[in-house]
Amino acid sequence: MKASVGGYARASSLDHALQLLASAEGAGRVLAGGQSLVAAMNMRLSTGDLLVDISRLSELSGVSDEGDTLRIGALKRHADVGRDALVCAHAPLLAEAVHYIAHAAIRNRGTIGGACAHADPAAEFPACVLALGATMHVAGPHGSRAIPAEDFFEDVFATAIEEGEILTAITVPKAGSGEAQVIEEVARRSGDYALAGLCLVKRDAGHRVSLFSVGPKPILATGAMAALDAGDLDGAVAALAGELDPPSDTQASAAYRRHLAGVLLRRAVARTEGGKA
Amino acid sequence: MTEMFRDKVDVALTVNGEPVEARVPAGQHLIDFLRQTVGLTGAHASCEHGVCGACTVRVNGEAVRGCLMLAAQADGAEVWTVEGLSDSAAIADLQEAFVARNAAQCGFCTPGMLVAAEELLSQGGLPSRAEIREHLSGNYCRCTGYEAIVDAVEDVARARGGEDVARARGGKGAA
Repeated sequence: MKASVGGYARASSLDHALQLLASAEGAGRVLAGGQSLVAAMNMRLSTGDLLVDISRLSELSGVSDEGDTLRIGALKRHADVGRDALVCAHAPLLAEAVHYIAHAAIRNRGTIGGACAHADPAAEFPACVLALGATMHVAGPHGSRAIPAEDFFEDVFATAIEEGEILTAITVPKAGSGEAQVIEEVARRSGDYALAGLCLVKRDAGHRVSLFSVGPKPILATGAMAALDAGDLDGAVAALAGELDPPSDTQASAAYRRHLAGVLLRRAVARTEGGKA
Repeated sequence: MTEMFRDKVDVALTVNGEPVEARVPAGQHLIDFLRQTVGLTGAHASCEHGVCGACTVRVNGEAVRGCLMLAAQADGAEVWTVEGLSDSAAIADLQEAFVARNAAQCGFCTPGMLVAAEELLSQGGLPSRAEIREHLSGNYCRCTGYEAIVDAVEDVARARGGEDVARARGGKGAA
């Protein structure tokens, strides 16, 4: 179908974008790469939006090294995330995840900030930033605030971003020496939504495991993390099965998704240990 | 304050090397603008939610979905469609390979396939069949299947000098 749009305005700066959002009186919708939003508008899942196009704001598109953390602009496109030298060196999980996201033509326009703000439960980047313990930076009419990734994702397509706010950047801790970061997912075809997916970060401080496409939002599997910290992989798989409540749909049953989660955890752990599952 | 938002947007861009200026509806897709306003019906509007790849066109040097980009967002952009890429002979070898390998049947997906495949080929080297498949994974063909299309793209990669690259790598790329 064709999109039904209430209006369009191109922001010339972040301040301008915030003014536009404020003036939209609740009907505003931030448009970046548009690879999820325009599809949703085409399906008339969203109609009458006043679009605030932030895609030209170069101030939101860079990656910078801030010492212990990497700051990734919200407008960094998927393809650029995948080939960015700083991301590849310090947050390899994000670079690896890019290969699982949709298709090349979509990766050329979709942005990491858009993916996180959209918060599709099957999306890779939200689970990645959760596994990395990232901080999400939003700007609003009353200034900026930082939200831990763990508090950012709230439900299907719902985040802690409030009305009038824009996600501007994501900061992730740089990988320490010896840190391992891997992502595994199962989809029926390349680029399809994952039936289940899993991110594993193995740090000196302990393991972090997040999953996507197994619930209404990306899930931090704290039970599995504790078992992995104790060196108990079987225990971690068992804990994982207990802490997930995946949906059944036409693509996969809940039981199958729960099974896949355990398989993916074993694969991921094997990769961090240098082997193959 | 909502007068800051427009339901019609003025855009100036180049399409196949020619300057185009127009006033477009705020919600119009780039693909509908190209097909209905500019009259370039080579790229197709099909699924309209980014899945099938039939609307793939080149924007600022990259393959994008014409149905997931608004015409309003194309202001200032350099857009190429299959018509321009054909007229300039930029993809003549790829088109000949599609014919030689029988990689088109009804032809509906072909304009999108060509733009997507050309993006991969323009990156140079000799992509493996798996890499070709992956790059074309977002372009659906409902007639021929994909073997002939992958064959055609592989032929062009070889002909454009990929053979030399494969030899320089010690033959790793040859398969």
